[in-house]
Amino acid sequence: MTSSKQALADPASSAEAASGSQPGAARGARGRGTPGQGPDSWRSRFYRWDMKASPYVFIAPFFVIFGAFSLIPLLYTAWYSLHNVQLSALDHQTWAGLDNYRNLLSSDFFWNALKNTFTIGVLATVPQLMAALWLAHLLNYHLRGSTVWRVVMLTPYATSVAAATLVFTLLYSWDGGMVNWFLHFFGVDAINWRESDIGSQFAVSSIVIWRWTGYNALIYLAAMQAIPSDLYESAAIDGANRWQQFLHVTVPQLRPTILFTVVVSTIGATQLFGEPLLFGGVSGSKGGSEHQYQTLGLYMYDQGWIIGNLGKASAIAWSMFLILLIVAVINLLLTRRLRKSQ
Amino acid sequence: MRTSTRRSHRLMALAAVAALTTGLLAGCASDSDDGSSNSNDSGGNAKGKTTLTIGTFGVFGYKQAGLYDDYMKQHPDVTIKENVTTRTDVYWPKVLTRLQAGSGTDDIQAIEVGNITEAVQTQADKFVDLGKDVDKSQWLDWKNDQATTKDGKLIGLGTDIGPMAICYRKDLFKKAGLETDRTKLAAQWKGDWAKYVDLGKEYMKKAPSGTKFVDSASSVYNAALGGESQTYYDKDGNVVWDKSAGVKKSWNVAMSVATSNMSAKLKQFDKPWDQGFANASFATVACPAWMIGYIEQKSGDSGKGNWDVAAAPTAANWGGSFIGVPTAGKHQKEAIALAKWLTAPEQQAKVFAKQASFPSTPGAYTSLKPATETTSYFSDAPITQIFSDSAKTIPSQFHGAKDQPIGTAITDVGILQVEQKGKTPAQGWDAAGKEIKDVLGQ
Repeated sequence: MTSSKQALADPASSAEAASGSQPGAARGARGRGTPGQGPDSWRSRFYRWDMKASPYVFIAPFFVIFGAFSLIPLLYTAWYSLHNVQLSALDHQTWAGLDNYRNLLSSDFFWNALKNTFTIGVLATVPQLMAALWLAHLLNYHLRGSTVWRVVMLTPYATSVAAATLVFTLLYSWDGGMVNWFLHFFGVDAINWRESDIGSQFAVSSIVIWRWTGYNALIYLAAMQAIPSDLYESAAIDGANRWQQFLHVTVPQLRPTILFTVVVSTIGATQLFGEPLLFGGVSGSKGGSEHQYQTLGLYMYDQGWIIGNLGKASAIAWSMFLILLIVAVINLLLTRRLRKSQ
Repeated sequence: MRTSTRRSHRLMALAAVAALTTGLLAGCASDSDDGSSNSNDSGGNAKGKTTLTIGTFGVFGYKQAGLYDDYMKQHPDVTIKENVTTRTDVYWPKVLTRLQAGSGTDDIQAIEVGNITEAVQTQADKFVDLGKDVDKSQWLDWKNDQATTKDGKLIGLGTDIGPMAICYRKDLFKKAGLETDRTKLAAQWKGDWAKYVDLGKEYMKKAPSGTKFVDSASSVYNAALGGESQTYYDKDGNVVWDKSAGVKKSWNVAMSVATSNMSAKLKQFDKPWDQGFANASFATVACPAWMIGYIEQKSGDSGKGNWDVAAAPTAANWGGSFIGVPTAGKHQKEAIALAKWLTAPEQQAKVFAKQASFPSTPGAYTSLKPATETTSYFSDAPITQIFSDSAKTIPSQFHGAKDQPIGTAITDVGILQVEQKGKTPAQGWDAAGKEIKDVLGQ
C-alpha cells in the first residue's frame, strides 16, 4: 500500500522540481552570457546546450531508478510469465506460451482471489473515504489545538503495517480477543474472525480503514481549506444548514480531490498484501483455510515464493497490472464525463 | 501570555511529532525482525582474519550454547557471524535465489528437513560434497540418507532431529481423573494414536473448565505422520499422497480429533497458541524434542513442575535440520571445518543441554544431560531416555521436493476447514486435494 502511494507521490514531486529548475537554469544562462560575443561562440553554444540538456539531467535520476527497479523487472516479469519457471531451477526455463494465463483463467483460486480483492477493496475503501470526508469536515471548523488533532489523524498512517496488523490480530483473536469480549455484552457469540468468510474480510478491511482514513482526511482537509468562504456565506444567507452546506458546497468543490483519492485507494486495494498476510499468521499466504481473504497479491506470493512456481506468479502479476490498467481507463472516462457535466 | 500559549502550542506539536517518530521507529524495528542482515562483508579483513558467516533460521542455539565463542577461542584467526532469519518460509526462497545467482550466500547455510529434498534434487551442484570430509557413521543412517543425492553426494550435515514424545500437564490430568504416571500413560496409548484420541475422549468427560485435551488436530496429524514409513512420495519420487496408507491413517486420527470437542483449535506457532501454553488451555501437545524448550519458554512459571513427558504412541520424527557449505562461498575449507565441528556429537550435546534440540549423532546419546532447570520443569522426566528410545526406532521415510507445501495444504487447508469451519472430513479431504493439485501445477 505504502509503496503505491509513495510511487504516486514521487513523480509529482520530481516533476515539480524539474519544472522549477528549468526557468532557473534559463535565467542563469541569460544573465551570465555576455552579449558582446557572437552567437556561435563556444560559450553561448555551451549555454544553449546547458539550457536544453540540464532539465533532462535533473530528471534523469528518477528515470534511471525507475528503469532499474520498475521497468526492467516489469518487462522481465512479462517474459517469465510466458515460461515455466520454478524457483528451484531459475536457469532452466521452458517456453510455455500462454499456458500460465490459461491456467489462471481456469483456476478457481485465481477468480476467488480476484473476487476477494474486489470485496475487501470495497469494504475498505468506501467507509474509509466517507469517514475521511466527514473527519475532514469536522477538522475544518475552528478547533482548539487543531495541529494536534491533525497530527493524531496521521499517526495510524505512520505506523508500520506489521505493527498495526499484529495489534489487530490480537484484538480479533477468537479466544480472549477484545472485539469478541466487547460483542459478548450484546449477546453475540464469539466470532472466529480469521476463519469466517465475511468476518475475516471485514477484519482485514478494518486494518486498512484504520491506517488510511487519517491520510485521506488530511488530503480532503487541504482541499477544503481552498474552498472560498464566500460560497459558504452565500449558502448560509440562502438558509442552508451545515449538513446542506456540506452536501451542496463542500462535496461538489472537492470532486477532483475525491476522484484522486478514489484512484489512489483503488490502486492500493488492488495491491493489498501485507495486512492479510500478517493477519493470517502462520501460512498466512493462503489467506485462510478456504482462501476466504486471499487477495491477488497473496495468491501471487503463495504461488511464487511458497510453492515456487514463478512463471505462474508472474502471470498473476501481469494480470494485476492489466486489471489496474482497466481501472485507470474507467477512471479516465469517468473524469471526462464529470468535466463535461460541469 | 500570548507567547506562552504559542510556545505551549509548539511544545504540544513537538511532543506529538516525537510520539509519532517513536511509533514509526518502533514499527520499523518490528518490521525488520523478519529480514536478516546481509553478509556482504564476508571475506578476510586486514588482519588476516577469516570471517565466516552462517545463515540460519529460527533459533539454532549455537550462539546461545556459546559454540561460536568456543570455536573462535580455539581458532583465533576465525570470526563467526550468524545471519538469522526468523521464519523458514522467508529464509528458504532467499537462499534458493542466492544459491542460483552464485553470490550472496553465507559460508554455511542451514537447511530445514522440509527443504532438504528440494536441495538434494535441484541444488546439489551448488553445495560442496561433505561425504569425504566426515565420518558418516556418526549420524543416524536415515538422517544421512535425506541429505544424500542419487550419486552419493552428501550436501548437508545433520544437526538436530525431532524424535517424538507427548508432553502433558499432570495437574489437568489429575483434575480430569486420569492416570498421571508417565510410564502407565505411555502403556495406555502405546502403538496407536487412536488410543491417544480415546484417552482424549475420557479427558473431555471430566475436563477442567476452559481446557481441552490437545492444542490442534494438525499437531496430532503431523506427529502421527512422522511415524509412518510412507508419506507423500514413494521411493521412485512419485507423488502418492492420496493413496498413501500413512497419510490416510494420520488423517483419520486428525479427523477424530477435529470432529470432537477435544481440540483447542489453535494454529501452531501463532500468538494465540503461545497464549494457550501460558493459560494452560490444553492438556497435551505432541512433543518433538525441540518443543521442550518452546514449552518452557511459553508456558513460563504457570507450567513449572506441572508438565511431564511420556513416550509417544509411535516412534516418530518431526523436524530437524542440516547445515551445508555452498560452493559460492569464498572460504570453503574453513567453512567445512566449522560445519564439521558444529555437528560433532560433543557440540550437539551442548546444544541439547541448552535448548533440548536432540542430536542426530547417536554417539552423543550416552552423554546427554539436559539443563537441570529443564528437568525440574518437566517433573524430572527422563527426557534423554524417552527421546533417544524414539530416535533409535524412527522409520526411514521417502521425501520429495514439494513435501512442505503438500503438508501445508493438508493441515492448513484440509484439517483447518474441518476443525474451524465445520466442514465434513470428506469436504476437507477434497479441499486439500484441490490445493495439492494447484501446488503441483496439475
